[in-house]
Amino acid sequence: MLGDKIFKYATASVAALSILILTFMVLELFRNSMPVLSLKFIFGVNWNPVVGMEEYGVLPYILGTLVTSAIAIAVGVPISLGIAIYLSEMAPDFVRKPLSYIIELLAAVPSVIYGLWGMFVFRFWVKDFIEEPLSKYLGFIPIFQGQPFGLDIFTAGLVLAVMIIPTVSSVSREVLTAVPNALREAAYSIGATKWEVIKLGVLSYAKSGIFGATILGLGRAVGETMAVSMVIGNAIGEAAIPTSLFKAGQTMASLIANEFNEANPISLHAKALIGVGLILFLFALAVNSIAQVIIWRSIKTRGEMVE
Amino acid sequence: MRLNDMENYKVRKFKNKIAYLACLSCTLIATMPLFSILIEVIKNGFPALNIDFFIKPPGAVGEPGGGIANAIQGTLILIGLTSLIGIPVGVLSGIFLAEFGDNNFGRLVRLSNNILTQFPSIVIGIFVYLVVVVPLGSFSPIAGAISLSIIMIPIVARTTEEALKLVPNSIREASMALGVSRWRTIISIALVSAKDGVVTGILLSIARITGETAPLIMTILGSQWFFSGLNAPMDSLTLRIWRLALQPYEYAHQQGWGAALVLISLVLFFNVSARILTRSKYRRM
Amino acid sequence: MIGKKSVSVEKEIGEIDRIRSLYKIETENLNAWFGNKHVLKDISLKIRANAVTAVIGPSGCGKSTFIRCLNRMHELVPSARVEGKVLLDGVNIYSREIDPVLVRRRIGMVFQKPNPFPMMSIFDNVAAGLKLNGVRDRKRLYEIVKRSLEQAWLWDEVKNDLDKSGASLSGGQQQRLCIARALAVEPEVLLLDEPTSALDPIAASKIEQLIVSLKKNYTIVIVTHNMQQAARVSDYTAFLYLGKLIEYDETSRIFSNPKEELTENYIAGRFG
Repeated sequence: MLGDKIFKYATASVAALSILILTFMVLELFRNSMPVLSLKFIFGVNWNPVVGMEEYGVLPYILGTLVTSAIAIAVGVPISLGIAIYLSEMAPDFVRKPLSYIIELLAAVPSVIYGLWGMFVFRFWVKDFIEEPLSKYLGFIPIFQGQPFGLDIFTAGLVLAVMIIPTVSSVSREVLTAVPNALREAAYSIGATKWEVIKLGVLSYAKSGIFGATILGLGRAVGETMAVSMVIGNAIGEAAIPTSLFKAGQTMASLIANEFNEANPISLHAKALIGVGLILFLFALAVNSIAQVIIWRSIKTRGEMVE
Repeated sequence: MRLNDMENYKVRKFKNKIAYLACLSCTLIATMPLFSILIEVIKNGFPALNIDFFIKPPGAVGEPGGGIANAIQGTLILIGLTSLIGIPVGVLSGIFLAEFGDNNFGRLVRLSNNILTQFPSIVIGIFVYLVVVVPLGSFSPIAGAISLSIIMIPIVARTTEEALKLVPNSIREASMALGVSRWRTIISIALVSAKDGVVTGILLSIARITGETAPLIMTILGSQWFFSGLNAPMDSLTLRIWRLALQPYEYAHQQGWGAALVLISLVLFFNVSARILTRSKYRRM
Repeated sequence: MIGKKSVSVEKEIGEIDRIRSLYKIETENLNAWFGNKHVLKDISLKIRANAVTAVIGPSGCGKSTFIRCLNRMHELVPSARVEGKVLLDGVNIYSREIDPVLVRRRIGMVFQKPNPFPMMSIFDNVAAGLKLNGVRDRKRLYEIVKRSLEQAWLWDEVKNDLDKSGASLSGGQQQRLCIARALAVEPEVLLLDEPTSALDPIAASKIEQLIVSLKKNYTIVIVTHNMQQAARVSDYTAFLYLGKLIEYDETSRIFSNPKEELTENYIAGRFG
């Protein structure tokens, strides 16, 4: 009996470490960035670490994070949905396993290798086959302005899209598989084609779960660092404001990666970077909490409905 | 309704076909980056592999030659140190959650773990920089290991909890009915039954941390030399790839691809081992 | 002479036609498998048009599988296989040129557990099949939805709440909603797979009366494990046991004077 009690409290204390680490982390982040946190910090656009002329504003990087994530979602989610539908509703058995394994492997590739590939291979493909045609024919539209170079916000967004596909597609697959078969049968029984069955019986039921999967993908995109830092072009301050997709840019995460080691540890610059880290964390937290609530709510209402 | 049905029917059949092709294309399109990456890594990285590559540290910047031996060493040291911290903490947390965790405290722990997994890893690096590197006064492999453990622990805790939850309660009850104490039951009976699932989770988390770069930037910094003690910077495969890619020299890029080849082989090794373990587990069941 | 011969030939053809139209569905040597499990063995029977045919038998005898073969739903399960013929108005619905989608419009189905589309309103549930078939005119949709709900004896109860979710109704109402949904696409046959086993006795009784009233316009096949229900509701009854058709006759004769001993034992409750 005593042994059991000791064991229980021992494991409990170890488990409590995550709570401690988490709390400690948030506190430290706040504490160390206090000196710079201000409205000017959040909404300012200039970034100048030179002592004497210091000015720190993160808005361009917030925008950079938002725009690259938006591209990632816009491109990655439809593809992920198509994959989820194909693998869960359409694929014959012998194809399903190998294909889903390949998609899973996409998640195993380290971010820095995505960056390497993005820098030396993908960016040329994007420039030649997408950016240059777009610039030639639609260059009058503001977001397509500028001579495309390859290392820009657009490429970063596309690389992010590839990186969120495994997450969004696998969560969506789970959501689709969880749709009760009775609904598919109901749709078949009124003479629906396979695609109509999917639309009527499956997708309408799975809508909120898929939305949750999307937000989860967004959460991942927001926090992605290395791959983005290697293809986004590393712009600073006002030049980093994403006025065109073909401009070089910067996200909150890539900024930290690019500048942290150069910042004098006791300087305001370092504190500013820590502040960026804090804002980044809050962003990721907000997005992921929303995803959790959506998914949790959809499970609850589904459970009530199919009783 | 009968006559214009034919028109409508043909359209529906057409849409059905298109939907099928669209979804299939999405799946095939998604496989292309993977193949491209693997092909490029092998194509560009293989030529960089030679004896020197594996046994020498990098030469002076700008001078071809040298290798990534220190980076390989660094990654292996990190895997070792991180596992030393992350595996016991993760497994014990998982045990707690599965066996004693059905209460508010357990829910709080799960929530914290959940939030920790969503932390951008670079922010974890900042935290460890602030609480370990700064007080210590130097970059340190320990700091690197701590930051990677913070990533590893929630993963291992979750997979351990799930693996333990799959063990039917009847097994635990049978053991305790024989007079075995609860804690002994958990370790010798439940954990042993769940060991495949637990090990799979550990392998997958190791694969994950092997590929991490961001938190290492401000904890071990990276280095041109081999491991120089717990109070000095150290290199890792991931950091090396990053730095080599950013250098303006062709030879550096090629070395970067070579390092990527080594890294991806290491990551895939852990990943595939985990998968083989899962498959044999199902076959035995 | 020729005239006379042609009259008698015509009379013969007419006779065949008349017999043909007596039977809406005919199965010929119908066999079905789930993987390696042989679930239906050589079932041949003719289902009378505009009548209610009940399929009874102990659980596992294949009666659900049987009616699922009638509208080609059985094959939706992976590892399912069907051999033999099922003739709808003389045409084999399993022949290669026939699209199951079209079969399922002409042969509708209602399931054991009511399954209205939960994300859709009552109106949209009934209209679902119509919209698939290209009916867009709101007025037309309304007419057909109203008529289907009336046929399913549900109109009065929901006419003011057509926008409410399909899942907000009681079990019995949901089942009638599913019947209305099936009727909206104007099938010729309605298959019901244990339609009342998930309902309370009052709701069940209402559905039974509804079924009897529907046979005027539709051919109905109902699977039930409740023998009394079969006796109340059907004109013809088929008794299946371990995948084989044991006896098929007018309901009154099966229940009062069955030919097979097995049938008699089942009806007397000696097994099942």
